[in-house]
Amino acid sequence: MDQTPSTAPTWQQDIFTVLKDGNVRQIAYVPDAGHSHLIRCAIADPDIQDIVLTTEEEGVGVVSGAWLGGQRAVLLMQSSGVGNCVNMFSLLSSASFPFFTLVTMRGEYAEFNPWQGPMGRATQGVLELMGITVLRVADASQVGEVVRAGLYAAFEAGDRVAVLLGQNLIGRKQWEHK
Amino acid sequence: MSESGDTRVDRREFVSRLLSSIADALVVTGLGSATYDVFAAGDRDQNYYLWGAMGGSTSVALGLALAQPDRPVIVITGDGELLMGIGSLATIAAKHPPNLTIVVLDNGHFGETGMQRSHTSLGTDLVAVARGFGIADAYAVDRIEQCGEIAGRAAARQGTTFVRVTIAANEPPRALPPRDGAYIKNRFRAALGFPPL
Repeated sequence: MDQTPSTAPTWQQDIFTVLKDGNVRQIAYVPDAGHSHLIRCAIADPDIQDIVLTTEEEGVGVVSGAWLGGQRAVLLMQSSGVGNCVNMFSLLSSASFPFFTLVTMRGEYAEFNPWQGPMGRATQGVLELMGITVLRVADASQVGEVVRAGLYAAFEAGDRVAVLLGQNLIGRKQWEHK
Repeated sequence: MSESGDTRVDRREFVSRLLSSIADALVVTGLGSATYDVFAAGDRDQNYYLWGAMGGSTSVALGLALAQPDRPVIVITGDGELLMGIGSLATIAAKHPPNLTIVVLDNGHFGETGMQRSHTSLGTDLVAVARGFGIADAYAVDRIEQCGEIAGRAAARQGTTFVRVTIAANEPPRALPPRDGAYIKNRFRAALGFPPL
């Protein structure tokens, strides 16, 4: 569709490969730069429904509904979105839904915007308080393996799993015009 | 809209007639009275009752509708539950699943918490909201006889439909479905042929 797949970091392509291998059929998301390659891949793939959300908590419902209907679905969001989901996470534990989310971190590494700090620092704790297992990955070469492990735990063991993708993977956001 | 209403639709009778007209529907209910109404119409394995996750009924139904395109999916919820997840109408409109019907039982009040007025008593027009979000097939009904038409449209699976039903603001006796979300989930999936883990 465009040239971006060739320029996207390898770890982003690794994630898409894992989701395809894992027969994920719906990808719900609130965009983030770190997910941009994955979102483009989802839109371009005729076997995957891409669902753009107005707020991340919708995605908790969407992926649960997909499972009710026999499909695997994944939620993509940025760390700030985890805060938007808190009460909706109760759906997951109340009904023991499998759940898999990929969270790009802000507010933890070379952050320019102080408004990202509070939720970024609370992200892992909020997830764990709501009964979601957290895996972290900050080494690009490990992303594929950790995402594969998380997906497996979610859809084979029925666990609720979040993989936090370290901000260092995404790199510094350019704020100044050159 | 908030004057006392003997002439308005009885929620229990409406839901019962609607669901009896479309036997193969997959149904998702919004917490509170809508959940009780659907259960009172007759428990079915193909009902997913929400007891919490307020604002989530339409999103659950979207994921389900995309996964089960050959089945009609019907959300039955109230004005308060829908308002909490109102942005989901934009998300639904963007996907426009042809097999999804959203039925909002609008009494203009938060029935579960003491009948406080909701936004639909205070100026919000949910049909206009749905249309504004991009669900072109959005309309209001106020007669029980219109159940058949809604069921017919849902069964035809020709486009996302949004229906606001003006109902009387009364509280029928509680009719309580199972509260075990995992049990409801597993029997729902079993009815579609999917095994538990």
